[in-house]
Order: sequence, then structure tokens, then C-alpha cells
Amino acid sequence: MYTYIAKRLLVAIPTLLIISIFVFSLQKLLPGDPILAMAGEERDPQVLEFLRGKYRLNDPVPYQYVHWLGAALQGDLGISLRTNQPVLQLVGEKLPVTIQLAIMSMIFAFAIGVPMGILAAVKKNTMIDYIANIIALTGLSIPNFWLGIMLILLVSVNLGWLPASGYEPFFSNPLRSLETMLMPSFVLGNALAATLMRHTRSAMLSVLSADYIRTARAKGLPESTVVLEHSFRNAVLPIVTLTALLFGELLAGAVLTEQIFTIPGFGKLIVDAVFNRDYAVVQGVVICTAIGFILMNLLADILYVLLNPRMRAAL
Amino acid sequence: MKTANFLATLGASVLLALPTFAAELKIGLADDADVLDPAQSRSFVGRIVYTALCDKLFDVTPDLKIVGQLATDYKWSADGKELTLTLRQGVKFQDDTPFNAQAVVDNITRAMTLPESRRKSELSSVSKVEATGDYEVKFTLKAPDVTLVAQLSDLAGMMISPKAAKELGAKFGDHPVCAGPFKFVERVQQDRIVLEKFQDYWNKDKIFIDKLTYLPIPDTTVRLANLRSGDLDMIERLAATDAEAVKADSSLVYADAVGTGYMALYTNIGNGARADNPFGKDKRLRQAFSLAIDRDAVNQIVYEGTAVAGNQPFPPSSPWFDKDIPVPARDLDKAKALIKEAGFDRVPIELQIPNNPVAMQMMQIIQSMVGEAGFDVSLKSTEFATLLSEQTAGNYQLSRSDWSGRVDPDGNIHQFITCKGGINDTKYCNPEVDKLLNEARASTDDAVRKQKYDAAAVILNDDLPIIYLGHQSWIWALHKNITGFTPSPDGMIRLVGVKKAG
Repeated sequence: MYTYIAKRLLVAIPTLLIISIFVFSLQKLLPGDPILAMAGEERDPQVLEFLRGKYRLNDPVPYQYVHWLGAALQGDLGISLRTNQPVLQLVGEKLPVTIQLAIMSMIFAFAIGVPMGILAAVKKNTMIDYIANIIALTGLSIPNFWLGIMLILLVSVNLGWLPASGYEPFFSNPLRSLETMLMPSFVLGNALAATLMRHTRSAMLSVLSADYIRTARAKGLPESTVVLEHSFRNAVLPIVTLTALLFGELLAGAVLTEQIFTIPGFGKLIVDAVFNRDYAVVQGVVICTAIGFILMNLLADILYVLLNPRMRAAL
Repeated sequence: MKTANFLATLGASVLLALPTFAAELKIGLADDADVLDPAQSRSFVGRIVYTALCDKLFDVTPDLKIVGQLATDYKWSADGKELTLTLRQGVKFQDDTPFNAQAVVDNITRAMTLPESRRKSELSSVSKVEATGDYEVKFTLKAPDVTLVAQLSDLAGMMISPKAAKELGAKFGDHPVCAGPFKFVERVQQDRIVLEKFQDYWNKDKIFIDKLTYLPIPDTTVRLANLRSGDLDMIERLAATDAEAVKADSSLVYADAVGTGYMALYTNIGNGARADNPFGKDKRLRQAFSLAIDRDAVNQIVYEGTAVAGNQPFPPSSPWFDKDIPVPARDLDKAKALIKEAGFDRVPIELQIPNNPVAMQMMQIIQSMVGEAGFDVSLKSTEFATLLSEQTAGNYQLSRSDWSGRVDPDGNIHQFITCKGGINDTKYCNPEVDKLLNEARASTDDAVRKQKYDAAAVILNDDLPIIYLGHQSWIWALHKNITGFTPSPDGMIRLVGVKKAG
């Protein structure tokens, strides 16, 4: 098991290298000069030149990359062109915010998607199945930003139940923190719930038609035991893999959700950084996201092994 | 009776005391501020925050008069090469460092020498600054520059604690210490900037807010929703399309002021190879283009009547506006005649615009208006960073650009129009205009300056390197319980005298 994990981590190194080269060169292909963008209305040529030198923007791109990589390996991801803050510090500030959003969204997605999927599979081709499908399709089709703004108008402006936007760190005020995160995580979790529901349903359907389920029923086991213990335990495996993949979608969705609800997280950080051509921040955020994504997938694989005894033998 | 009187007095005093008890004001901003160091800053919202955080040597009134803030008086020498300031006494920075002539010298020196400083060009006319008394400072200039006082009413004149500046250097923005009514508490990037009342502020009796939080919320709909739900007390830059809704809401107050800036189209006159086209070479085509636009209609449709039509770098309400060149009415016949005179039937033009919905809508309307006169405009929308670098590099034919405006007329024209102007992206160059604008900069007599600007306006209105379209308003929306706010053409939110009822 440990060798397996070590191997996987080793494979992650070239992946990260390729990602970093890719992002670095793609950014340089973007039109627009970061120094001009940050200068805004005050474009003093002398200062612009000083800043270009300071951030090494006059060096050849491969040289810039090597310099960045060297510093990154020592834990220095550079400095934000816009705010002068170290990128690592920015990442450290924003990451917990997005993690909280991601966890709460996942909870929403699971709480809605999985039971609905099981129900739809068990009650296949009945009214319940159809309704669950309609709900899922609706969830998938509603754009994030529209749902977000509608919820703000309804829940915050008209009903006054929840704050319209903003963020409170969980440990400084847990209740307020949950309040501010409720709508964003619902909006973000909503689309994932639909995907989860569809996959749970199909995984459950294929398991439910298996021979051993027929045997279990023939033995006279109660339907709840058949569904939850015999079927769901087997159906859960593809869902675990899916969850790890959905994590990527979650981060992508977070970009939009954080913009709408003005949550100072990773997504908002990267959008602002791209528009300001804040190269170091974009680079740093993408690398950290990639690391997160790789770790999530590793975690899913480990979980897979733990849940599926057959896989343990394969290692 | 006595008891009743006592109770009544007690009740009244409690009622009176309530509104002033820990009043907290939350203001929604359209962007996040950049570095909170006046020497390095360049964002508009940053200046809004400084209005509460950092006092300046001079301030600007709502009718754009320059008045003393940390300086109480100023005097120009006869040759216009020396400016002497008398400073306010009894002022402290938020770290208890006293404010005096040496502090001003330290500040100006820092703004002129810190490698990261963005204030160098604003202070470029200064050759020496020295303390001539405990509360008297003398600026010696390389050449007469009357705009210096206006520069000192903005970022270049913001005074920061010399002690904090020395300790923090270029990292001053992490914990700014100034001499304004509110002191820095904390900042979370893209989330909030928190300030609290500075108890030793020189004008503290007129400050009625105890805690101040700025929240950057870029989406206008969400910003307004936050105001309506009560999460914010006030927002800036309300979308013009929401103006009517706010006016109709009895719990909100609407406020606006025509800004000092402008909306315009920059023509590539001489910036690289792409300037080599009929539109860049023949002023008759530019005149035709300008005449084909119905500026009033554009502002009514796109800005719901909150913007005003314009044809000069200053709005028609400004004392610097040349009334002899009124905003032209649409004249299609004359436009067509001019195109014909230039030897064309149809003129193809590529127009680059920033990809925001308002600018797009505005330019689509103009596209169809000038289309009727004979211009085939193709719109090329790009996001702002790209637009800016294309415009600077000269990779454009016609480019939509805005300027946020400056108090002194010089700031709206000199750097865009003069041959060596720092932001002259059209690369228009006319020695006669240069001479007029340089002379206007050197004179301390407003009447003389006005004459020079008027003379330049006549030439520019004929050459049209920049086609001015109009002037946007700054729009604020606030809750009814906020009183004492005065809208200002510079878009700032000044909190002296602002109260929040309980």
C-alpha cells in the first residue's frame, strides 16, 4: 500500500512540471502587458521600466521559467504584481475559504444526489423516478450565475433570511460563517447533485439486476437490507471515482460562484489575477489547484482499495 | 414632577446618545483597492479608501475648488517657481507622530525617490522641497507649474507617518498609518478593508462614524442586492440602469454627480503603421464621424439620462469648458458632405472596445448612427488589459477609452495631447497646441489659463485626434438613515459630517 502511494506521488512530479510549463507559456501568449495593466491611468515610462526589471519581465521566457521554478522549489511562489503580497501567503489565505465552500457543496450534493439516485433506481420507471430525473435535469440545466442571483434576490433581498454575500471565517464566527456559505454551497452543490444522482441511479440499476441480488431477495432478506447493504455498497465504488473527478468541476464552478457571492476564495483570486495579468498569482494558484486535484484522486484510489477487498489483492 | 422631568431628560439623552453609539458604516465598492500606499497606489477605489484613511495637504470641494486640509494656506512667488505652504498645527498621525514641516518634506521626498513610487511624474516639476519653519514648507520648481497644488490635493499630497514609512519601506501598504479621520484595522484581500475612528483626529468633532468597513463587490446587481438586504449602508457606482429602481425605493436615497472625466474615442493619428489610413490622415472624416453621432440620444439610451453629452475634455458644467464650441447636434447631411469632399463613398473603420456590456451597447448604437452617414464600423471587443496594450502599441485604428478625470484641467488634456505626453496613444503632435498647453500650465492666473485652453480647444475640435462623447456621472445609493453625504464630481466618499441614525 505504501509503495503504491509513494509510486503515485512520484508520478505526480512530472505531471506538475508539465502543468507548470504549460501554464507559464500559455500566460506569456496572452495579449496584454501586466505592467501596463497594473499601471492603470498612471503610466510613467520610467516606473514601468523599473517594474519590468523588478519582476524580470524583460528576460527571455525560458529564463523566467527557470528562475520561477528555482524559487518555487524553495517554497517561494513569487510576489503578486498587484498587491505586493507573497503568492504563498495569498494562497494560504484563500485556500481555506474555497475548501470550506467545496466541503459544504459536496455535503449538499451528496445529501441530495445519492438518496435521490437510489430512490430513482429502486423505483425505476415509476413517477418517483421521473420526478427525480426531472429535478436532476433541471439542476444540470440551470446556470450557476442565474440561480445565484435569483437566490440573492429572493432569500436575501425579499425574505431577508440570509446575508446576500460576503464571507466570515469559520473559526471566528461559525454560525455567521455557515449562514454566508449556505447559498453559495447550495448553488455550487446543486449541479453536482444532479450528476451524482444520475450516476448513482445507473450504478444502482446495474447492481440491482445482478444475480446475487436476486439470490438475496430469494433468501427473503428485507428490501432495505438488499438495497442499502448488498446493492449500494457495490454501487458506491464508481461514485467514489466520480467524486474525485467532480472535485475538478467543483473548483471550476467555484470560480463563478465566488464571483457572484463575493467570496474571497481561490476562484475569485484567479479570475482577478488573469484579468490583471498577475502572472505569479495565476501560476501559483494553478499549481496549488493541480496539487489538490492530484491528491484528491490519490485519496479516491486509496478509498477505492479500502472499500473494495478485491483491489487489495491487486496491489 | 421632578421625577417626571428627570425621566424625560434621561429618556431624551438616551435617545440622543443612541444614534452615536458605535455607528458602523459598511460601504460597497466596485473593485478591490490595490496597495494601500499613496506613493504606490493607482486604483480609483484606493483613493476612496484614502479619503477616510489619509488626509492630504489640500482637498477638493464639490464645486471643484481647491481648499486647505493639512495645509491651511499657500502662496506662489511672482515668477511661479516657488510655492510656500502654511501647515495646520496640532495634527497627529495615527501612530502619534506629530505632523509638521519635516513630515511633509519626508513625504514628498519619499514620493519622488522610492523606486516603486507612481508619483514621480506628478511631482516632476519639483526640484527641491524644504522646511522653512516648523509649519512652513517651500517647494522650488524647475519651471512654473501651477498644477502642483492640484497634484497635492490627490495621491501626491497624502501625508503618511514618516516613522511608519521608514519602518515599513515599500511594504507600507501592509499597515498604512496616515493622518486621516479613520485608522487602519485590517484588510483581507478581495474581501474587506476595516478602519476605525482615530480619536486624536484634528477634526474629530465632525466625525460621527466609529467603524468603517469597505467591501469590494464587483457585480453591480449583487452590490445593490446587498444594499437592499441591509448588509451594506451605501454603495458606489450604481449601474445607471438601476437608477430608476433606487429612486423609486422609499428606503433608499439616490445621489449623483457628473464626473470630472470623459468617455472618448482615440484615433490613431501617428502611432505606428496602422495610423496610415484615411481616417487617421484626413480630419474631415473624423469631423464627419463626430457629426454623425447623436450624443444626447446615446446618453439617454445607455446611461438612462445620467450622463451628459460632451465634446471637450471637460464637462459642459466645468468652468474650463469652452462655451463657444457647444456640443454639436447630429447633422447627417453635413457628415455625408464631408465624406464626399474627402473623396469617399463608404469608409471602413475598425473600432476596438472593452468587452463590458455598457461600452458594447454604446458603441453598437454609435456604429449604426455613423453607418447612416457612410462609415462601415466593425467592432472589435477585447478585454481591458489587451485593449490597453494594443492602444499603447498603436495596434488600433479607433479605440474607445475613458479617463476618470482630474481636478486641474491640465490633468485631462496635457498628457494625452502634447507631443511627448506620457499617455499620448494617438501620437497626435501639434507644436502650436503644445505651446498653448505648456503656457496654460505655467500661468497662475486662471483667466490666462482659460484663454489658452480655449485656444487649444478650437484647434483640437478641428483636428479631432480624440472624439469626445460625453461625461458619466458617479452614482451612489444609500440607506435613508445615512445623512450628511455630499456627492462630489471626483467620485470620492467624504465622511466628515456623515451620520448614521440608529
